[in-house]
Amino acid sequence: MNNETNNSALQDQELIEKFLKDTTLFLGPDPEIMRDHSIMPRTSDEERAMDKYTDLNQIASIRDRLQSACEEGFEMLEQMGAAPGAKWGDIITGIYSASGDLTIGSAGGVLIFNALVHHPIKFIIKNWVDEKTVGVQEGDGFIHNDARYGNVHNTDQSMILPVFHEGKLVCWVASTVHEGENGAIEPGGMPSMAETSFDEGLKMSPFKVVENYEIKRDLLTFLQNSVREPKLQYEDMKVKLFACMRLEKRIKEVLAADGPDALTACLRYTNESVVTEVRRRISEWPDMTVRTQTIMDSTLRENALLKVCLSVTKKGDRLIFDYRGTSPELTNRAINTQLQGMKGMVGQVFMNHVWPDLPRGQAGLSPVEFITQQGTLVDSSYAAPNSQSLMSIFHSFTVAQHATAKFLYSCPDKYTRVLAPWHNMINTFIWGGLNQHGETLGNICADLNGMGGGARMDRDGEHALSPIFATMADIGEQEMNEEEVPFLQLVSKKMTANTQAPGKYRGGMGYTMIAATKDSDQWGFMTTTQGSKVPTIQGLFGGYAGGSYPLCKVQGVDVYEVLLENPQLFKHSIHEIMNEQPFPNARYTTHHMGMGFDISKRGELYMISQGTGGGYGDPLERDPTYVIMDIEEGLISAEWAKKLYKVEFNETTLAVDLETTEKLRAQYREQRKKQGVPYAEFVKKHVKDHPPENIPFYGAWNGDIDTVYAGSIHDKRDAKNTGPIYMVNPKDVRIAELEAKLAAVRKDAGLPPENERK
Amino acid sequence: MKVLMTEYLRIDLDTENWECRVCDHVVAPARGNYKEGLLVYNRDPADIHPSIIDPEKYRFTFCPDREWVNIYEFYCPSCGTQVEVEYTFPNHMPLYDMEVDVDALKEQGSHREEILEPVKGPNILVDRCHTHKH
Repeated sequence: MNNETNNSALQDQELIEKFLKDTTLFLGPDPEIMRDHSIMPRTSDEERAMDKYTDLNQIASIRDRLQSACEEGFEMLEQMGAAPGAKWGDIITGIYSASGDLTIGSAGGVLIFNALVHHPIKFIIKNWVDEKTVGVQEGDGFIHNDARYGNVHNTDQSMILPVFHEGKLVCWVASTVHEGENGAIEPGGMPSMAETSFDEGLKMSPFKVVENYEIKRDLLTFLQNSVREPKLQYEDMKVKLFACMRLEKRIKEVLAADGPDALTACLRYTNESVVTEVRRRISEWPDMTVRTQTIMDSTLRENALLKVCLSVTKKGDRLIFDYRGTSPELTNRAINTQLQGMKGMVGQVFMNHVWPDLPRGQAGLSPVEFITQQGTLVDSSYAAPNSQSLMSIFHSFTVAQHATAKFLYSCPDKYTRVLAPWHNMINTFIWGGLNQHGETLGNICADLNGMGGGARMDRDGEHALSPIFATMADIGEQEMNEEEVPFLQLVSKKMTANTQAPGKYRGGMGYTMIAATKDSDQWGFMTTTQGSKVPTIQGLFGGYAGGSYPLCKVQGVDVYEVLLENPQLFKHSIHEIMNEQPFPNARYTTHHMGMGFDISKRGELYMISQGTGGGYGDPLERDPTYVIMDIEEGLISAEWAKKLYKVEFNETTLAVDLETTEKLRAQYREQRKKQGVPYAEFVKKHVKDHPPENIPFYGAWNGDIDTVYAGSIHDKRDAKNTGPIYMVNPKDVRIAELEAKLAAVRKDAGLPPENERK
Repeated sequence: MKVLMTEYLRIDLDTENWECRVCDHVVAPARGNYKEGLLVYNRDPADIHPSIIDPEKYRFTFCPDREWVNIYEFYCPSCGTQVEVEYTFPNHMPLYDMEVDVDALKEQGSHREEILEPVKGPNILVDRCHTHKH
């Protein structure tokens, strides 16, 4: 083939590509962007800049200033943001390279937000820079929230600004806030009821909403009409814009002082050096495969057994996360996550809990490889609803945290303590309706940020410490919240006793929340967590997980009237209220924690508890002093302390009898040897080759990742092509049950079946 | 040379065995699943996670549903130490959770000093007892 033919073929190819580009009818989520979490290849500009700037002190100086800029932007979001999420740290700011790679994120906040915004930036670069109807200019701002273009879920909104120097784009900045309300079928932004992506409210692919640093009012008005909190929508768009503008200002100060090449060199050098360091640290781990899994017990609509399983293989400086065997995606349930959401949460494991000393950017996860089966809970299709992706994301986090701990134990260099899994569910209230000021609201209680910390290799976990997705987040001031919402938390910040995850070191525990609406007849609550039947985490090295957590309701009572007329009837714990049933004629019920939006009446009680982090080590090795301290602090009853830890003490003085304790523990070790059976015998007697027959199960069984079950032992499918899995509306299930009962009653009464009568 | 793999297990690179760190019992070959050398017990969740509210009255009680989850406990057959706990699906196979490349571990160990006590990493001291001695 001669050169002329070659050129002709190339021109034809370019023509075809241009034709296809010009005639693309829909710029949907781009797999090329969405499935790649690694940093972009070094550009010629970066190459040149890195040749020019090799002084690591100068690079470190610039990086420190950029980090400060991120902290400043973070403070602005937190101080000025109107969303509850902004006030308690469910926010972040970040700086991205010209190619879109996240390089520096604020020290506080939700790193996964940042770590996913590189996807929409890369979408903008690929599609809008050269698009004549859009373009990217100085002073532009792009808004985004659709998980399918790079986000956790569409309750989080980002503002993205390009930064220019003398007409040339040198980097990007972004700020993200958990805004809450997004116009979905349930208020608060995380609808469990969503059965298609069209039930999930506002879904913004990245689009330009700011020009010349001004928000375009026509687009803003459209967005405001799309959500329940129009004023919040405007206020927080401004706040995010101003935070980005402050970051831009600080970057321009760097540009003025050091020049654009120094900035470019700093951003690239930072990311490349993190990748190098991460590979070095991985190579320090032992070569092995670690396997773990967690159990989901709910779709948030109904109870079902679902699986997230992980096999991590480390070989040399390679680390491979294999999530195959995880449950298939559910076609009409909202707990599916997009692939990048799962990856971003694994990034949180590393950047928050394993290597928190590294710059909080995208590079920390860049060398990690992933294997998934498309069409599963952790790698769902674009059509699948994902507004409750947190469920799959959180389990993805836990299995990653559990597996990495087993790699880290033997390492001679550690950057944090080896840690049992954190509690992983947002045990809190989502709320919405008309508040006492007549305004429509929809959002969430900050108590979700009080997840119990996992126990560490040398100490107990901390109580109600922080969410797995953020550092330095807050649980908010309840009294401040109550100025804006028409309900009170009648009990809050009181630890829920006897919910311990036992171990040599126990997990950090959570507190009780008892809420009751007071000043609105149009108000309701949701809860959106799994774990009412099955613990959602694992313990570590002989420690246990936390227990399970129900929703308790008391209806048919106005507790505010009770407090006025018979205040002595009110009790300050769930167990007292539910067991003693102190309010006459009230209805006391328990439910799983996937409560759909429930209109509340004045004074009716909704009661839940935060969760407990995992325990570490054999409980028989727990220092009796710590057992007694837990009793003194009301974390555990004397009865359960004795039962779990085999400690003998005087229940009045709490003085420990060490000698008897040692005897009890020695006796119990002997008991274990009697009750335990050899592994092979246990497997032969206990293990079955199929899931439970009477419980809907979804996922692979016993390590066969090529086949998955889809709700029944009779419904086995090819894991590579599971096809749709539709769940029946729980109300239809209930109606069918009641109709069957009715038919049975009619038959017993000698009446004809209902349809024949007609 | 021995490598401390977990809180209660180590691998002897010379004999290629998993060993109990509490009693020195040889548990299983290092090239295999250490759980095969342990005793297993299927724990009733109610023994560990009590019903805080009355199970006679309510469906959900803070106690996991024993029909929905199994808790496998793994004990050293020599000293009775609880080496591992696994929350799993009812009647599911225990996981082969740590499959070690022993040859690679030996190679890695040949460049390291033997570690006799586990390295804890950087310390941040938090006083458990809140005081007002300001």
